[in-house]
Amino acid sequence: MSPAPVVRAGRTRSAATLLVLTVLLLVSVTAGLAIGSVRVPPGQVWGIVTHALGAGWQEPDWSRARETIVLDVRAPRVLLGAVTGAGLAVIGTALQALVRNPLAEPYLLGVSSGASLGAVSVIVFGVTLFGPVSLSVAAFVGALGALLLVYATARTGGRITSSRLVLSGVAVAAVLTAVLDLLLLTTDRGNEARAVLAWTLGGLGGVAWGMLWLPGLALLFGIGVLTAQARNLNLLLAGEEAATTMGLDVARFRARLFVVVSLVTGVLVAAAGPIGFVGLMMPHIVRLFVGGDHRRVLPTAALGGAVFLVWADIAARTVAAPTEIPVGVLTALCGGPFFLWLMRRDARRGTDRGVA
Amino acid sequence: MTATELSVEAVTLTAGTRHLVREVSLTARAGETIGLVGPNGSGKSSLLRAVYRVLRPDAGRVRVDGGDAWALPVRQLARTVAAVVQDSAADFDLAVREVVAMGRTPHKRFLAGDTPEDGDIVDSALLAVDAVQLADRPFDRLSGGERQRVLIARALAQQPALLVLDEPTNHLDIRHQLSVLDTLRRLPATVLLALHDLNLAAYYCDRLYVLHGGEIMASGPPAEVLTPRLLAEVYGVAAEVATHPRTGAPQVTFLPDG
Repeated sequence: MSPAPVVRAGRTRSAATLLVLTVLLLVSVTAGLAIGSVRVPPGQVWGIVTHALGAGWQEPDWSRARETIVLDVRAPRVLLGAVTGAGLAVIGTALQALVRNPLAEPYLLGVSSGASLGAVSVIVFGVTLFGPVSLSVAAFVGALGALLLVYATARTGGRITSSRLVLSGVAVAAVLTAVLDLLLLTTDRGNEARAVLAWTLGGLGGVAWGMLWLPGLALLFGIGVLTAQARNLNLLLAGEEAATTMGLDVARFRARLFVVVSLVTGVLVAAAGPIGFVGLMMPHIVRLFVGGDHRRVLPTAALGGAVFLVWADIAARTVAAPTEIPVGVLTALCGGPFFLWLMRRDARRGTDRGVA
Repeated sequence: MTATELSVEAVTLTAGTRHLVREVSLTARAGETIGLVGPNGSGKSSLLRAVYRVLRPDAGRVRVDGGDAWALPVRQLARTVAAVVQDSAADFDLAVREVVAMGRTPHKRFLAGDTPEDGDIVDSALLAVDAVQLADRPFDRLSGGERQRVLIARALAQQPALLVLDEPTNHLDIRHQLSVLDTLRRLPATVLLALHDLNLAAYYCDRLYVLHGGEIMASGPPAEVLTPRLLAEVYGVAAEVATHPRTGAPQVTFLPDG
């Protein structure tokens, strides 16, 4: 008997997918730096970037203005898009396993709303207990609170059905969003409220280099922890009882990863606003290529999410230029129909997978 | 893979105020195949869940190899005890081989990859349940019987010294019922399984425990346990018990009313 044919085939496919996605990400980032109101040719983009990195092979033949556009205006924005897309995709993957439901993702479960409310409270009430990271800390607390609330209300008799999960996610998100709107409407800090309102639609505009380190760290932390726990995430797919018999302390594991997921979501939402459906779509799309093993899904979903959000942001600032569309609006435009398709597909398969 | 002793000592399990199992004791010597029979709702699954550490006993103890199963870390117990449970969820696009490979998890160190040895163990587990040809198929497209065999293979890949199975022959066609039970019987491990089919239980088990209303009504070798009187009392059905001339095992025939 030949040993492990599938595993090897899976690895090869997974390596190929990773390679393709890495190339795609490079192309996407280049496009993100090149496209905009001022078009910069890709060759020049690379010239500017490599020059800035200190490894320029060509003498600068571009204006200072272009350099500023590429390096100071577009680069942080494109990078934040890539980091946020990767992070949301990884978190969606983990949430789908943790609540054992293919429709789970931070936006639909109200986690992003919780994070938003946390962040907005800080802005409106002007709390700066934790200095510059106050926003992220509050967003983390809000995200964790919302996630626990949705999980507790959706779970009955040790099980979570898709319908209950989505319903309680929608309900919690609705309440949190209402509270958020109330805060914005009644605050006497009118200018800030307007800025916040734009932010709540999810957008990558106005990002500076100094705002990137925290989301970057959160992403590395999230990918690191989740990849290290990939085997255990796989076990959850087998059902809670079965996972226990294979050595996983399910309650403790879930509690810990809920904290990790909320932390990453909080930081990402604080930086880019609540951007929906990336976490829903990416895991499902990459599973079509690499299968369901989390050791392969997590890295591919991360790259896929990065590519997707970089392009979504390019579209957001070019489709209706000079008006900029919040990128969250665009991801919802793609993600909503995807969600409906996913729901119908699972109905056709005759399995509400939340019900074991 | 070696066998281990199991002793369930006066275990009581409750759900709210209702007793699922009341002061049940049961032992399995190393290498024995022990059958748990009884009508629906008699507490078979609950008792098994206490053994594979999902339902915590309100009183009593579960000892595996002398030690309290509920005092061990989950992971450490999983290196000794494997289970095939009834609650088997559908999967997110895992191939059969990946599902079986999950059984290796409790034996893997943090961040360790799959070794060729793991591959061999998975292969022989698939072989044991006649599922080698399914290895590349997506698990969630399998039939109920095929899934059941794969889940048994997953438990085998765990290389347990005690294997606990809740109705392992459910969904299986008769050929695979026989071959799966035969495989289980020939394992070096101690096996504790709940079975619906009394004749299969009589043929394949060394000893039987009969549960009724959460209590043990009888226990012992099948020929001593399966009597018309007990079956009438437990199942409320008239039955004849004969010794099968070919197999030598007791053969139960239920008689319709009248």
